[in-house]
Amino acid sequence: MAFYVVQFLTGLASAASLFLVASGLSIIFGVTRIVNFAHGAFYMIGAYIAFTLTERLSGAFGFWGAIVVAAFAVALIGVLVEMVLLRRIYHAPELFQLLATFGLTLMVEDLVVLIWGPDDLVGRRAPGFKGAIDFFGQNIPSYDLFLIVLSPVVLGILWLLFQRTRWGVLVRAATQDRDMVAALGVNQKWLFTSVFAVGVFLAALGGALQIPRDAVHHAMDLRIIVDVFVVVVIGGLGSIVGAFVAAVLVSELNAFGILIFPKISIILVFLVMAVVLIVRPWGLFGRPEAPARRTPGLTVNPWRPLTSNERLAALAALVVAASLPLFAGNYALTVGSEIAIFVIFAVSLHFLMSVGGLASFGHAAYFGLGAYGVAFLAKMAGLPMIVCLLLGPLLGCMGAAVFGFFAVQLSGVYFAMLTLAFAQIVWSIAFQWVSVTGGDNGILSIWPEKWAASPSHFYWLALGVAALVTIALRVMVFSPFGYALRATRDSLLRSEAIGINAKRMQWTAFVIAGTTAGIGGALFAYLKGSVFPDNLGISLSVDALVMVLLGGVETVSGGVIGAIVYKALNIWLVSQTDLSKLVLGGFIVLIVVVFPKGIVGMLEMLAQRRRKTSPPGSPLLAKPIESAE
Amino acid sequence: MRVRNYFVGAAFALLAGGMAHSAMAQEIKIGEINSYSLLPAFTEPYRKGWQLAVEEINASGGINGKKLVVISKDDGGKPADAQTAANELVSSEGVAMLTGTFLSNIGLAVSDFANQKKVFFLAAEPLTDAVTWSKGNKYTFRLRPSNYMQAAMLVEAAAKLPAKRWATIAPNYEYGQSAVAVFKKLMSEKRPDIQWVDEQWPPQGKIDAGPVVQAVAAANPEAILNVTFGADLVKLVREGNTRGLFKGREVVSFLTGEPEYLDPLKEETPEGWIVTGYPWYSIKTPEHDAFLKAYQAKYNDYPRLGSIVGYQTIKSAAAILAKAGSTDPEKLIAAAEGLSMPSPLGEITFRKIDHQSTLGAYVGKTALKDGKGVMVDATYKKGADYLPSDAEVEKLRPKD
Repeated sequence: MAFYVVQFLTGLASAASLFLVASGLSIIFGVTRIVNFAHGAFYMIGAYIAFTLTERLSGAFGFWGAIVVAAFAVALIGVLVEMVLLRRIYHAPELFQLLATFGLTLMVEDLVVLIWGPDDLVGRRAPGFKGAIDFFGQNIPSYDLFLIVLSPVVLGILWLLFQRTRWGVLVRAATQDRDMVAALGVNQKWLFTSVFAVGVFLAALGGALQIPRDAVHHAMDLRIIVDVFVVVVIGGLGSIVGAFVAAVLVSELNAFGILIFPKISIILVFLVMAVVLIVRPWGLFGRPEAPARRTPGLTVNPWRPLTSNERLAALAALVVAASLPLFAGNYALTVGSEIAIFVIFAVSLHFLMSVGGLASFGHAAYFGLGAYGVAFLAKMAGLPMIVCLLLGPLLGCMGAAVFGFFAVQLSGVYFAMLTLAFAQIVWSIAFQWVSVTGGDNGILSIWPEKWAASPSHFYWLALGVAALVTIALRVMVFSPFGYALRATRDSLLRSEAIGINAKRMQWTAFVIAGTTAGIGGALFAYLKGSVFPDNLGISLSVDALVMVLLGGVETVSGGVIGAIVYKALNIWLVSQTDLSKLVLGGFIVLIVVVFPKGIVGMLEMLAQRRRKTSPPGSPLLAKPIESAE
Repeated sequence: MRVRNYFVGAAFALLAGGMAHSAMAQEIKIGEINSYSLLPAFTEPYRKGWQLAVEEINASGGINGKKLVVISKDDGGKPADAQTAANELVSSEGVAMLTGTFLSNIGLAVSDFANQKKVFFLAAEPLTDAVTWSKGNKYTFRLRPSNYMQAAMLVEAAAKLPAKRWATIAPNYEYGQSAVAVFKKLMSEKRPDIQWVDEQWPPQGKIDAGPVVQAVAAANPEAILNVTFGADLVKLVREGNTRGLFKGREVVSFLTGEPEYLDPLKEETPEGWIVTGYPWYSIKTPEHDAFLKAYQAKYNDYPRLGSIVGYQTIKSAAAILAKAGSTDPEKLIAAAEGLSMPSPLGEITFRKIDHQSTLGAYVGKTALKDGKGVMVDATYKKGADYLPSDAEVEKLRPKD
């Protein structure tokens, strides 16, 4: 019995560190609608700074002082980031801020190694909380008890802050309806900045408090960021109590789950999230989102098919690309093939995001399923390459059909997180089912047959498929189906009123996007000659998201340019510099500031401006709304 | 990095001058791939190690009079990116061979690439047995003692312990799984009386140490096998110390004696664990002294195990290239098979039968000295003594 009590308390202590970080993320999202990917980075910097300070300062006062000072210092960095970077892009399309925070995260990962060195750092134990307390023969670390007490205290303080202060009232109002708060004359700039500072403070505090139990190292951020997102979503976005309950739920399920299934930790949070979101689409304590009031300013330029001149230009670009083997070497051709494959992957997600308005955080699942499909067919059934390429993507199609059915019942960030949960579940199956998938050692030796083996032939194959896929998706955008899908994106209620079955439209789009991604994955398996669980992993999903956002989510084919720029730059930087993450992150941040509508989006806007120097109406309409935001 | 390396090489060529001057105009390139950005704690010392080797080789006249150039690439911890890098090195840099890699899946990906493109590949660090056995191929050689060899070394010591009830804690991925599997198999062969009472599989890099420690303690084992390392190990040790998990229990642990993983523990280092590792401070052989002196002179830092691996990888590559007198992969294979050479840890041989080197490891016990973790009573176990019989190896390895 004593054991179960202690295990329960241990779970509570784990929940405490999760809650601190999650509450910050929840507050930031609730008010600013920023999916703050850099939250883990702030957590990590908090730990690093606290480490340095606790090593320098002595005594109990020095230690606890250092923890608090570190959290404040990082909050200050957060304020700086918010004012310099995020303020410029609040009016950008949804999720674009994710790109900026992703860039920041990349930079921070390299920076901490530059500043603090590559070794794992182990900080001091907390003065006064070094030992353990005996509980019927079981030991409970006193620091755990401290954390168990601390997290309800923090919860209480936050509750008072939000319920009993004017600032809290404004924050809650902004969480519910930003535009209304602005209309009532509240200075949103400072509200957002202060909210961001509080959120970052909590993240850094969470990181600093890890010093006595954890090692400080450069991968801390990624270790926590996904789990924290999951906790926030399970609890319900913007709900602090929800974050607390979700953190406890997840930690306790883990603490007791490992007693029965020792391998459960790897997937537990995602299973819980999938179940919760299917049963309660807005998380445990979340409220249904009010129907989004889309800013008319965002869609002032209606999409149109390419003009014949533009078609010729696109064809010319394709011809130039196809002539690459005439002058480039084998390496360039293989990189070209890889870029072409990522174009397929990016346009598939782009289709879902821009036309369907559904941002998937787990799109790599279908890419990877396509790759595994090929691997199974080629290795187990021994089918010829062309058959594998045709049938392999069907696995992606099937996955998308099953998961898409559940996912499209949700919308917004909840949709995104459910797709992430599904992707992680698929990933963990690939990772754990060693006898079939080979686990993380993957499936090897899936090399192309002779006719496609030479780099130039494979390049033409990949390029040809990429071109076909892009054209096919464009045709779909301007087909009746595409219009219906756009209708569901722009206004769910109105589209249903005119008789469009929105969920079915979205599901179809999801399956199309998944299958297309599967085609990319199938080619990828042959390009690399092997398949690994990485091919379904989070980082690949994030890559896809970055490519789409980089290209411009409000364009018809921005994904193509986004994929080419991001992938080429990534490969080139990794090859040329040891600080590829720092440079790439810096580049992304720069792009975000210079091209707040993505590369293609910005070019289109410039072209638009040129065409009509004084467009009547639209800027007048757009302006006041933009400044109101 | 790569640019800097060219400069170092170039500056060196100028200094060396003299007799080798005209011959130095020619180069032999080696392509090196590792997870520099993902695992800097291991790969930074590793890089220093191979840079020292390059310097020494070129100072003594290069490879048959040709200057050795190592072109190094980061794989970011992703197999697909490692293949992109391998392709660049082979197709556009024209390297004579590939070396490096840390993670097992990346080692296998590059090994498969080497087999497909018919390129010589010397795997430095990946530990999975598959590299030389179940997925072995004729183009791939490996330097570090494999999972099996390290397990066999630990089992030798562990089987002497009186403990009968054992629990295991290992990261939930291929390395952890196969380390536990081999250890269990060899251990149960030697000690049929042993019971395996609990196993914990925390995700790599994400251990929730409190519940794991508590769960292991609840099974009340007499001994524990640990395979976690890095930040996970730190968390495990801290929770284990506070909760008294290790009190009165024997612990056998993979890799924990390596400075990369032992040093961060500082005063929290648990005492008396049986570990594999690299006690650079207590190795007193002329070969190692020479290496240690050169390393400390160049970097003003002590070597980690990564330094040894990096150093010996390039030294081995150079020895193979020198013996082959050619960069033809078939000739490189012929030269490498059965080739013996000195290393800082004594002579090693690349076996003909499975292309595994006989580099060994130190097995000893952890201890706390002046607030730092050290390895004591360490003895060097030769790799050759801990490999299965040739007949078994033949069964494990597909025919080329």
